Formats: sequence, C-alpha cells, structure tokens
Amino acid sequence: MPDKSSEDSNTPSSKSSEGMIFALVGNPNCGKTTLFNALTGLKQKVGNYPGVTVERKEGECFLTHGEKVRIIDLPGAYSLNARSPDEAVLRDVLLGRRKDTPKLERVIIVLDASNLERHLYLATQILELGIPCILALNMMDVAHDRDLVIDFQALSESFGGIPVIPMEASKRKGITELKQSMAQAEVPASEFRVPFPEEIKSGLKSSWNELKTSGVLANEGSLLEPLYLLSDHDPTHYGIKNKQMDAIHDCQNKLANQFPGWEDKLVAARYDAIHDITQKAIRRPDEIESTFTDKLDAVFLHPVWGWAALLLILGLLFGLIFKVADGPMGWIESLFAWAGEWVTGQMNEGDLRDLIVDGVIAGVGGVVIFLPQILILFFFIGMMEDTGYMARIAFMMDRLMSRVGLNGKSFLPLLSSHACAVPGVMATRTIDNPKDRLITILVSPLAGCSARLPVYLLMIAVLVPSDEIPLLTKVFFLLLMYGLGIGGAFFFAWIFHKRLLKGDGAPMILELPAYKKPAFTAVLWHVWERTRIFVRRAGTVILGISILLWFAVTYPKSDNPDPSVAMEYSLAGKVGKMIEPVIQPMGYDWKIGIGLIASFAAREVFVSTMSIIYSVEESEGIEPLRDRLRSERKADGTPVYTARVCLSLMVFYVFAMQCLSTVAVVKRETNGWKWPLFQIAYMTITACVGALLVYQIGGMLGYA
Amino acid sequence: MSSSSCLSDLEQGAFAVIGSIPSGDASMTRLRELGLLPNTRIQLIRRAPLGDPIEISVRGSLISIRKKEADLIKINLS
Repeated sequence: MPDKSSEDSNTPSSKSSEGMIFALVGNPNCGKTTLFNALTGLKQKVGNYPGVTVERKEGECFLTHGEKVRIIDLPGAYSLNARSPDEAVLRDVLLGRRKDTPKLERVIIVLDASNLERHLYLATQILELGIPCILALNMMDVAHDRDLVIDFQALSESFGGIPVIPMEASKRKGITELKQSMAQAEVPASEFRVPFPEEIKSGLKSSWNELKTSGVLANEGSLLEPLYLLSDHDPTHYGIKNKQMDAIHDCQNKLANQFPGWEDKLVAARYDAIHDITQKAIRRPDEIESTFTDKLDAVFLHPVWGWAALLLILGLLFGLIFKVADGPMGWIESLFAWAGEWVTGQMNEGDLRDLIVDGVIAGVGGVVIFLPQILILFFFIGMMEDTGYMARIAFMMDRLMSRVGLNGKSFLPLLSSHACAVPGVMATRTIDNPKDRLITILVSPLAGCSARLPVYLLMIAVLVPSDEIPLLTKVFFLLLMYGLGIGGAFFFAWIFHKRLLKGDGAPMILELPAYKKPAFTAVLWHVWERTRIFVRRAGTVILGISILLWFAVTYPKSDNPDPSVAMEYSLAGKVGKMIEPVIQPMGYDWKIGIGLIASFAAREVFVSTMSIIYSVEESEGIEPLRDRLRSERKADGTPVYTARVCLSLMVFYVFAMQCLSTVAVVKRETNGWKWPLFQIAYMTITACVGALLVYQIGGMLGYA
Repeated sequence: MSSSSCLSDLEQGAFAVIGSIPSGDASMTRLRELGLLPNTRIQLIRRAPLGDPIEISVRGSLISIRKKEADLIKINLS
C-alpha cells in the first residue's frame, strides 16, 4: 500500500523554478551522506521511494553566489547492473525511467580517493550516460595516510576535462570548490566510453529491438538502457513490470546462449580502461606502511581481544540503556502522571475527561516512556556506524549469523531489539541485502525487549512462593525467557530463509572502512531524524489504538462504581469471557483474557490492567498485586495462578507481538501492511502454541 | 600448498594472482565488478576471528567476502 503522508512520498514538485537538480551518486561507504549533509545542512526531506523501502533524501543548497539548487542523495551502489532494489532505483533515476523523479541535469559522482580504481567502475558507467558530471574525490585524508599521490589534472583529462574536486567532506574541506564548480553554467559531458566488444554490440542491438516492442524502454536512443536492464539480477526486479520481464528474460537467455559470459567480458573491458587511467593518474607507494586503522584492527579483530572489546562495548551500551535511561524514564512517567492529574483537576467529571486522562495521556505516555532508551540506542548505533566499528561487529558475527541464513549486519539490530525493537527494526536499514533485511525485521520483536520485563517480574514474583525472591532464581527465569526469545528468533530466521523468500543475486560483501572520529552533529542529526519519524508514525497509531482500547474497557458502562465490576461489564470484559474457552487450554481465565487484549498495544499494560481488574493500587509496587494474584481462586477453590499458568503466561509474552509501536515501524520499514500482519499472525500463533504446550505438558507431568 | 589452489586457502598476509573465477554466474559477476578479475594481484589481509569471512586487498581497495565464494576463486601463488 503506497504511503500517502507527506513524510513518506514527497514526490518532488514540478516547479523548475526551484533551481537546478543535482544528484549525489557513489559506492557504499564513499562518504556521500556526509557530503549531502555538508551541502544541505538541515534543510532536507527524508522519505521512501513510492512502493519500495529505498530511502529517498532531497535537500536544498545555496551556491557561492546564493543560487538555490536542489540535491537528491541517490542510494549507494557498486554498479548499474542492479543486484538489489537500491541499485535498481539508482539505475532507473539515472536513466530517467522513474516518473516520480525529474530527469537529472547534473550528477556529482562521489569517489573514495583511497579506493579510486574500484570506485571508478560505477563512475565510468555513469559518465557514459551523457549527463554532465563532477567528480568529487572524497576522503583525501585517507588517501594521504596511504601515501597515494593522485594527479587530478590527468584524471580530469581522461574524462574530457570534467571538473575533479579533491575533498574531505567530514571536515568540510573542498565544499567551497565543489560549490563553485556546481555554479558553472557549462560543464562538459564526458565523451569517455568503454568500447563494446563487436559481437556483444550486435547482440544488444537485436535485444534493443525486442525490448522496444515490449515498451520497457524509457529512452530509445541508446544501447545502455537495454544493457542495464539485461544485466539486472535484482531478485525483486524492482522498477520493471512483470509482463516486460518476459521480454527481458527472453533476451537474457539469447545473449547468454550466443555469448556465454558476456557480462564478465564487459566487466573486464571496463577494468582494462580504468587501469589505463589509474596508471596515469595514481602513484601508489612501493611499501605499504601500517596505518592507524590497521593498528586498531589488530586489537578489535583479534581472536581474543576482539571479543573482549566487543563484550565491553556492548556491556557499556546495555548498562547505559538500563541505568542512564532509568532517570529520564521516571521523569517522563511523573510528567504524564502530573498531566493526567492536572487535566483531572481542570475538567468536570465525565467520559471526555476519562478519555483524555486514561485513554490519550496514559496511552501516549506508555510509548513516550521508552524514548530515553530509544534515543540512547539510536545514538550508540549512529556512533558505531560513524566510527566504523559497526562494520567490524558485522565482520566478527557473520559466521554465526550465516548459520541461520542471516549476515553479520543483522547482529546489531537483533541485539538492540533486546532493549527495544523499534530502533532495532529501524537499524536494519544498514543491511543492504533485501532478503536478510526483511528476515531481520520479522524476527527482531522476538528479542526480549524491556517492555516484557514488568510482565516477567510480576509472574516470577507470583511463581516463587517466598516473599524475597532469591537473586539466582530470578536470573534463572529471566535467562530462560531471553534464551527462548533468542532461540525463537534464530529458529524463525532459519525457517524464513529456507521457505519464505526468494534467493538473491548478490554475494555477501562487507567493507571495513578506515576508523574515524565520529561527527557528533551528524550523529545527533541521525538520532533526531529517526526519533522524529518514530514519534510521528508510532505516535499517531498508538494514539488511535489507545482511544479504541479505552472505549473497549469503558463501554458499555455499568452502574456499579467498582472499577473491576465495570471492566467485567465492558466490551473488553465481554470479549475476555468470549475467548475464555479458547484460552482455557492455556490455563487462563477471562480476567487474564482482558489483560491479553488490553496489552495488545504494549506489553507492560498487562500489569496495569491486572491491577484494575483486581482493584489493587498499582502505585504501591508489585507486592499487593502479587498477593492478590496468589490468593485468586477458581470456583472449585484451587488457585488460578499456579506455577504452570505463570510460566505459560511468560512464554506467551516471549513470542506474542503485543507492541503497536513495532507494528507501526515495521509497516513503515516494509512499505505496507503485508509483513506486519504476517508478523502479528506468526508470532501470536507461536505464542499460543508455546503457552498451550507449557500448560498441557506441565499438567501431564503432574503440576497443579 | 600446491601452486594452484583457491583464494580461501591463502595464508594471512600472502599475495597471489587470480587464476580463474566462474563465469556467467550473477554472484561471481558482482565479485568481478569489485575488481576480482583473472590476472589480478590480491592479498589476504585477515580472516574474521571465527575464520569466515575473509578480508582481501584488491586493486587498492579492501573488501570482505565469504569463504563460500572464495572457495570458487582459483589462485596462483606468486
């Protein structure tokens, strides 16, 4: 379902008066985003390309004499021979195949100066398209560290005199020169072309005819569009209509039969041409000295010290999340409590007041309370990405993650989800393989997030007969639940990898970039951007559902002033009773049923709902509620909350989705309702089956 | 070690020249696009602490690939 909100589908206006359009293009890790931030400042719009989760960023920039231009940050890619939706979007925008993006007037190709030969591969592909280009040689500092000497003049002349600007975008060096070059009225379009081998050219010409008939071509004047459509190995074939795929497959088969390995021949021809250029333009040192990055990696990727460092850093992260976030979470809680009281004092008693206090304020407060944790996670993830350590974590964890079909980049999102699945799901943007990314999103909410803790702690308190729970017992049960969550995540990742999704056309590629000092403003900007998206997306959904849930527990009204009786009489109470036969085999009565329904929006709501049902003041800690639950009896006088009921409930919360913030974020990150609904379904079914098994097997083993 | 083996067998820090790499396979074409072509000189920089993936230096740039792919790339020791 395409998203209609202004945030997600900011189709650019057709007003050409907004200034010339520049696109930033480059390999992953070329510093393109840093340059984009440096050029546009905070004036940028972030969204998705319609119909696909490829991030779309556009911003404004003022050149040296105040001319306003628009800048589009295109997705990073290794080649125009697409292997993923990211690369397909880049190809389609550059070829003018997308109706939502205007034809580009200028392209700034960002290259990592220390990796010039490989980065020239994509750059030369783009130069051939005939759009005027500027080459921005970023990361000159890293090139200096590696003693590379680059002859900018020779490089420019190789491409027909196009501007070549050396820069260091993270220190804003070269920005002025780049802007001056952008302000030039005339930039020559490069005449550089890698010659096609003659037989492949004739093959492409006959393909061109067939493709033209099928109507898939946007520009009919060049062989490059058929070339890049035929070399598309993106498993989703993003940007190509299904009926046109047949014509493409047909031509692909013909070419592969006539000229086996034709794509590989073109790659070789391009690298031959690039090699000729770099021979003239780059002088490499004879001896390679070990750099700062090499020295750090000797520790961070060491078979012993590497793991120690990883444990230390992640330990620090989780320590921060649970210790530092504690204070602000308390403040937010008191703030919302105060707001509730203030409204109570200001308004006359009535349904409207209850709706605002118990529905809106309590519902939104329940989400906002996790903001400190989410902010710390976003900040840490941003820091780890910016310094280059994130790639090292992926490098170390890849082998383990590949066992269940994921890759090393899935590790941090899954780990973050142990505090909160929201930043975890949002952090999956760094996973470039679309299949791995989707699987990571689908299993992230199984990680034991902090909203489960209150439920676990209450159940453990009821379960353990003594008043003081021995620390070891508490740790044992918590570890058991976290272990179940991790095991479940890996199990489902493996199942989804095997059964659910198409394979991919790209091998796992990791790059370990040079370490660098983090750019605080950029990281904070990243935190702000992600948080804003979360609050806006989740906030609206949560607000709506909170109001609905409030209605469910309030109406129809009973005359009895006792809130627990009122709840029994309400719609939620009726539904709880209605589902009782279904949840009875799991060991639950209708009161627990109400708790399950009410906590659909957020797990921790279970605890407060139970307090209302049993008319216990929640503010006095969990002891009163614990004692009340322990003394609850069935009609036959036996206790309701036996050990196996408590365990069954905990297992239910291990697997059940029960978090609307996550649903909202997954909907945004997968661009539609299909995957969040699938996720709710598979998780809820697993939760019910798990709870059922615990209760029934417990019964067979003779537990009460 | 014989004079012809695969990339994943290379010792840490050792240099080699790529002999052959499977043709006509989408994954392998991507590795070619990253510069892993026959007759290209490469160096194995390091293995991940768990042995996989491996980081290699090729045409002045560093990339990490899995052993699964590296097994298919034949090398000649220089």
